[in-house]
Amino acid sequence: MSEYRLSLFVTGSTPRSIKAITNLRQICEEHLSGNYELEVIDLYQHPEQAKTNNLVAAPTLIKLLPEPVRRVIGDMSDEGQVLFGLDIQER
Amino acid sequence: MQVKRTLKKSLTGIDGFDEVTGGGLPKGRPTLVCGSAGCGKTLFAMEFLVRGAIEFGEPGVFVAFEETEDDLVENVASLGFNLDDLVEKKLLQIDHISIDRSEMSESGEYDLEGLFVRLGFAIDSIGAKRIVLDTLETLFGGLPNEGILRAELRRLFYWLKEKGVTAVITAERGDGSFTRQGLEEYISDCVILLDHRVNDQVSTRRLRIVKYRGSLHGTNEYPFLIDEDGIMVMPLSSTSLDHESFTERVPTGIEALDQMLGGKGLFKGSSVLLSGTSGTGKSSLAAHFANATCDRGDQCLYFAFEESPKQIVRNMTSIGLDLSAHLDTGKLRIVSARPSHYGLEMHLATMLKAIERYEPQCVVIDPISTFVAAGSATDAQAMLIRLVDVLKAGGITACFTSLIHGGDSFKGAEVGMSSLMDTWLLVRDEEADGERNRLLYVLKSRGMAHSNQVREFLITSEGIQLRHVYLGAKGMLTGTARWVLEEKDRAESADRAEEAERSSLLSDRRATVIEAQIAALQAELAAEKIEHQRQRQKTKVSIDQFRDAREQMARSRGGMATTTENS
Repeated sequence: MSEYRLSLFVTGSTPRSIKAITNLRQICEEHLSGNYELEVIDLYQHPEQAKTNNLVAAPTLIKLLPEPVRRVIGDMSDEGQVLFGLDIQER
Repeated sequence: MQVKRTLKKSLTGIDGFDEVTGGGLPKGRPTLVCGSAGCGKTLFAMEFLVRGAIEFGEPGVFVAFEETEDDLVENVASLGFNLDDLVEKKLLQIDHISIDRSEMSESGEYDLEGLFVRLGFAIDSIGAKRIVLDTLETLFGGLPNEGILRAELRRLFYWLKEKGVTAVITAERGDGSFTRQGLEEYISDCVILLDHRVNDQVSTRRLRIVKYRGSLHGTNEYPFLIDEDGIMVMPLSSTSLDHESFTERVPTGIEALDQMLGGKGLFKGSSVLLSGTSGTGKSSLAAHFANATCDRGDQCLYFAFEESPKQIVRNMTSIGLDLSAHLDTGKLRIVSARPSHYGLEMHLATMLKAIERYEPQCVVIDPISTFVAAGSATDAQAMLIRLVDVLKAGGITACFTSLIHGGDSFKGAEVGMSSLMDTWLLVRDEEADGERNRLLYVLKSRGMAHSNQVREFLITSEGIQLRHVYLGAKGMLTGTARWVLEEKDRAESADRAEEAERSSLLSDRRATVIEAQIAALQAELAAEKIEHQRQRQKTKVSIDQFRDAREQMARSRGGMATTTENS
C-alpha cells in the first residue's frame, strides 16, 4: 500500500486546473514514484465535496496520509511549496 | 405611461428595522452589516435568516467563518431560535468555514472557486433566497494572497447578485473605515452600521443606515436592543403627528376630578401629566386612574420606576385601593425597573414592547422625572416624545407622573414635557399653621372646558377626595385652618339664630310690660276721675254750706244780704 494518499480538488477543465494536475503529477512522479495514490476530483461534478473537505480555494491539494493532514493551494507551480506541503522537504 | 420602477425589498422581520428601511433589505443584493465586536452583527444576520424562513418562507444559508455550527445553535437558542428544527425542515443550512493557515501552504495561483461551489451547492440544495456570510473578512487572515482575495471578493458579490439571493455580509469595524478590509468598496447597495456605546456607564446599542442605494431611508441613529425576542429597532423618525383623535371620554377614577375636567374626565388616547413636589400624592392619583381602568374591565399597564409592585399594592391598600385583585385577573400589570438599570432607549424599548404585548387601554408611567437621571433632559424629552407618539397612535390613554422640586421654578422645568401633554394637573402643597395640605388644580386641558379652581386634595383611607377650598376674608384656607373657619362660621350662624330668638322674646316681654303699664295707667285714670267727682261734690257742699251759713248770718244781722252774691 502506498504511503502517500493525496486528493486534488479542481474546478472543471480550466487552464489553472489542468496546470495544477500536470504540475502535481510531475512532482509526485519525481519524488514519490510508486508510493502515492492521487485522486483528482472535479468540484463541479461533486459540489458536495467542497463542504465535506472544507474547501475555499481552488485548486486545493490535500495530503490525507501520512499524518498530519496538510493542504497546498494554487496551481502547484512552486515545487518547493508543494514538497513542503507534502512534508518531503523543509521550507 | 411609464411604470415607476421601485427597488424590490426583502422584509427582514426584525422589529422596527423594516419600518426604518421602508421594507427591509434590497432584494437579491448584498448588504454590508458592520460594527465593532459584540455589537450584534451575527445576531442581526441570524435573525434575518430565521425570520425569513419562519415568517416569509424563504430558506437561508448561514456561512459562519468564525463560529462553529454547534456554537451558533447554542448562542441563538437563548433568543428562542431553534436552528436544529429549521435545518431539519430544510429551511436553513449552516456551513462553518474554517481556514487553518498553519496547515496550508500556497503554491502558485489560485481562486476562490471552491467557496463559490460550496455556496452554490448550499443555496441550491434548499432553494435558499437569503444568505449570510459572517464574517467574510476572516478570509484575509486565512489566505495569503490579498490581491487574489480582493479580485475574488468582487467576483463573489457579482455572483451573489446573479444568483438573486439577498445577502448579508458582516464585517468588523476598522479604524477610520467601516470595515477592516474596505469591503464597503465592493458592496455599495446597502451599508448598515451597528454600534455599541457606553455613556455614563449606561450602554446603548445603535443602528444607522449609512447607505441605501435607490431607496429612501431614515438617516438617524436608531437605538436597538437585544432581548429574548431578538433585535428590536425603534422606528423613531417614522412617528408622525397623524394620530386619530378620540372624542370618547375616560374617567380618572376620582369623580370630583372628572367634574373639573369638563364633567367627564379625560379624552381617550390623551396624555396626562401629573406633576407635584415630593409626597403630594401623585402615585396615589395614578393608582386611582389605574384602578378605575381595571374596574371598567380595561387593561392597564403600570410602569413603576421607584417602587416594586408589592410596595405599590401595599401602599394603595392603605388608601382603600385593592390593586391585588386586578393583578390577579391580569387586568393590571405592574412593570418595575430601576431607572439607572439601563439607558433611556432600552427603557423606551422595554416599554414599547410591553405595550405591544399587552395592548393596554391605559398606561401609567410613574414617574417620568427619573428618566432625566438616566440620561440628559434633552434625551429624556426626545424619548418621551416617541413614547407619547406611540401611545397616541394606539389610542392609549396615558398618565405620567413627574416629580418637581419646590420653589417657583416648577413650571419652567417642565415646559418641554408639558407641551406634549393634553392635560396637566398640578398637585402642590401649602404649608401654613403647622401643617401641610395638598392642593390640586388643572393647569391645562386641551379640548375641553375645565375648572379653573383650586381644590384641596385629601388622601383618606377610603381613597382620594377633593374638597372646595375655603375662601374667606383672609384668602384661601386649607386643612385645619379651613376646618376652624368653617366651624367658626357654623358657630356664628348658630349664635345669630339664638340672638334673634332672644330679641324676639325680649320684645314680647316688653310689649307685655307696656300693656301692663297701660292697664295700670287706665286704672289710675279711673281712680282719678272718681276722686275728681268726689272733690267737686265736696266743694259744692261746702259752698252750699257757706251760703247757708252766710244767709243765716245775714238773717241774724238783719237783712244784710247783698244782691252781688246772687249775680
